[in-house]
Amino acid sequence: MSVNSTVLEKKLKKKASLTDTNLLLIITVVVFLVMYILAVVFLKKGFTKPQMFFNILNENASLLVLSCGMTLVMITGGIDISVGQVTSLVCMSCAVYLQKVNDAGLTGNQYVIKSMLLAVAIGLAFGIVQGFLVAYMEFQPFIVTLAGLFFAKGMTTIVSSDRIPVTFDPFVKLCRTEVTIPFLGSVNKKGIFIPAYVEVGVIAALAIVVILFCVLKWTKLGRNFYAVGGNNQSANMLGINVKLTKFLAHVLCGLMAGIGGYLFFLHACSGSPLHAQGAEMNAIASSIIGGTLLSGGVGNIVGTLFGVLSLSTIKNIVTSLGLEDAWWTNITVGVMLCIFLLVQSVILARKNNKK
Amino acid sequence: MKDGAVLEMRGICKYFPGVRALEKVDFTLREGEIHALMGENGAGKSTLIKVLTGVYPKDGGTVVLSDKQINIKSPQDAQNNGIATVYQEITLCPNLTVAENMYIGRTKGPLTDWGKMNRSAGKLLDDLGIPVSPKEQLGNCSIAVQQMVAIARAVDMDCKVLILDEPTSSLDEQEVQKLFKLMRDLKAKGVGIIFVTHFLEQVYEVCDRITVLRDGTLVGEYVIQDLPRVKLVSKMLGKDFDDMAEIKSSDEEEKIDYNGTPVYQANNLTGTTGIKPFDFEIHKGEVNGFTGLLGSGRSESVRAIFGADRVTGGTIKMDGKTVKIRKPLDAMKNGISYLPEDRKLDGIVGDLSVRDNIILALQVMKGFFKPFSKAQAEKFADDYIKLLNIKTASQDTPIKSLSGGNQQKVILARWLLADPVYLILDEPTRGIDVGTKVEIQKLVLKLAAEGKSITFISSEIDEMIRTCSRLVVMRDGKVVGELKGADLNQNKIMATIAGGESK
Repeated sequence: MSVNSTVLEKKLKKKASLTDTNLLLIITVVVFLVMYILAVVFLKKGFTKPQMFFNILNENASLLVLSCGMTLVMITGGIDISVGQVTSLVCMSCAVYLQKVNDAGLTGNQYVIKSMLLAVAIGLAFGIVQGFLVAYMEFQPFIVTLAGLFFAKGMTTIVSSDRIPVTFDPFVKLCRTEVTIPFLGSVNKKGIFIPAYVEVGVIAALAIVVILFCVLKWTKLGRNFYAVGGNNQSANMLGINVKLTKFLAHVLCGLMAGIGGYLFFLHACSGSPLHAQGAEMNAIASSIIGGTLLSGGVGNIVGTLFGVLSLSTIKNIVTSLGLEDAWWTNITVGVMLCIFLLVQSVILARKNNKK
Repeated sequence: MKDGAVLEMRGICKYFPGVRALEKVDFTLREGEIHALMGENGAGKSTLIKVLTGVYPKDGGTVVLSDKQINIKSPQDAQNNGIATVYQEITLCPNLTVAENMYIGRTKGPLTDWGKMNRSAGKLLDDLGIPVSPKEQLGNCSIAVQQMVAIARAVDMDCKVLILDEPTSSLDEQEVQKLFKLMRDLKAKGVGIIFVTHFLEQVYEVCDRITVLRDGTLVGEYVIQDLPRVKLVSKMLGKDFDDMAEIKSSDEEEKIDYNGTPVYQANNLTGTTGIKPFDFEIHKGEVNGFTGLLGSGRSESVRAIFGADRVTGGTIKMDGKTVKIRKPLDAMKNGISYLPEDRKLDGIVGDLSVRDNIILALQVMKGFFKPFSKAQAEKFADDYIKLLNIKTASQDTPIKSLSGGNQQKVILARWLLADPVYLILDEPTRGIDVGTKVEIQKLVLKLAAEGKSITFISSEIDEMIRTCSRLVVMRDGKVVGELKGADLNQNKIMATIAGGESK
């Protein structure tokens, strides 16, 4: 017996090995960097310009926030496929509201703030109802949020079935605000330095990334998300309120759908029933590329950030190769997802075999 | 309340559909005592514990903790009331770190202080002599370490009542001693400990008092000095105890023809699970065993025989004919059955009925497109429920609601029904009560007498000596010896397991 134990001690006293979450995060970051560097070196074109990178952020601020919400729910072992249509509903509602204000001849920043509150309220409402049904009624999250998807889709068309561009002045100003990045930019043909910029939405999205990262890492709620996703029966035995935790994950995801919806609105400056079609699928794909496991318990917000970046970069690469039709990007994304899943499962399996 | 009682349960009732799990059970735990809760499988030990920890709501009775009547609604509630529990199955989260698993769900405030948590976890782990870093992900640790972490968590809680539900089944001797020392320390601090175990030696080593349950009712509470082992066993079984030493008839070995063609013969069998290639053969009517420490490769060896893990080389002959066994279905078609070590993972299909679980293997061999008629399936199930004395409400009861020992019997029935020529039983007696253990050992010998070949593995050497006529000893993935006849005794086996390195 003593022989056995000393061997055991030697084996385990060494430094702690990487957690699954961190391992997957590293894979994602490395893949993104390699991909981007290869693009810069071989494709050149726009990739050498910093603005190319910041345009990825400008285009995807909304998706980034939606993906973060998705990551939270996926860590608890759930899913929320309503976020795309909620985004669409938020855009449409806010557009109609601001145009009404505009038509009434009113102006002022308070109306912009009111539209933001409207967006958040819509997102929260979806989060609370879906969260309740999933956590307390114990319905399947996929079905509940599928219902939410259809409901939001229908509501959007009820609010308006047309594309509504927003001409409300204070809002248009906010849309067009560009935040310049110090010291980064490129020189144009005339030799004038054009600084790189991002839209205000990007600042908001990155702030949310930081906040949610902290929530997941350092708050009890965040750690409870992981515990519930890891094994919800054990989490219950460990004294965690599993139902409340799942509920809050959906509420937060709903809130992110509201905020993400508003960022989409800010970028598009209009409302339309066709806005953010399939955004939920992009959000799921980004989370998975970012190292979130569909089975729950493993995932990271920083990974999700890189997931969003990877997804858009690969799309840009495909487009700049001259394959501009939409199906080429779709096929590439499909293949990339498969490769990612393969790489993740191989690496996790190897790690678990080693012990 | 009685003097010094910290916990008093009176008239506890709990019913499941068709099953009376607990009927007016009383239980009293005093301050600073270690109290064993004993009983056969299905006696209601686990149910009583789960009622106390709020996993199941009770259907009747009162619980008084420190002179206050309480109604425990959930595990959180139990924790807040100072009842800490270590379950037999590990109820921790494999994706979190060791330190997190020790502190999650019971810290104050909304934030997690990683530095403080890792430091205090590290200190506690060191104090308890648990060889693991607090930052390690729990899923990377061995089962024994995970179990010790669960115990460390419970110990660290400022609890009045500590429940240990079979904590020792995955620990080795040294770890068990560590745990006992810990239990005595806590006892000295006035903590009441409820200890559930199947190991009689352990009960007599640490416990002060014993409460015996049988069929969901209270048999009695005894001070340990007043209850010798034989009496305890007879109380648990509700009948006089067969002397286990008498199981094996002495002239049995002579009947085996060691010179005939072996039923199963493997040469240089190689697998991917870290065992060295090995040769092995078994004859008609023989019971052999694989023994060795945990991790010596005894389970891996039989899994290779059955093709349960990937087999990469070696030749296999059955009855002298070369056959190819690369996956479990090959083995089954050749008449080999395997009862796995981990019945939860590899054995039971929890939501299927007892009947469906019993006919499963036979159905697989017959093909899923030729189902058995209902009447035939019912007859099969009925026969084996009677033969093995399986305690279940009906054939249609889902197997997951049976107790551990009865689940084991159902799996055994499944493989017996397949009528194998060679039956491999990997730890069939683990985590089940003494009575069933004896029943299973008797059954093994009966089957051998009927001409089946059987490999029997148990971590209790006594059981192996009583049941097997030949023992293959393994160490570090290698076969290091084969013992039979007069060599089959505890000292010789220990010496072979230990090899040259110790005495």
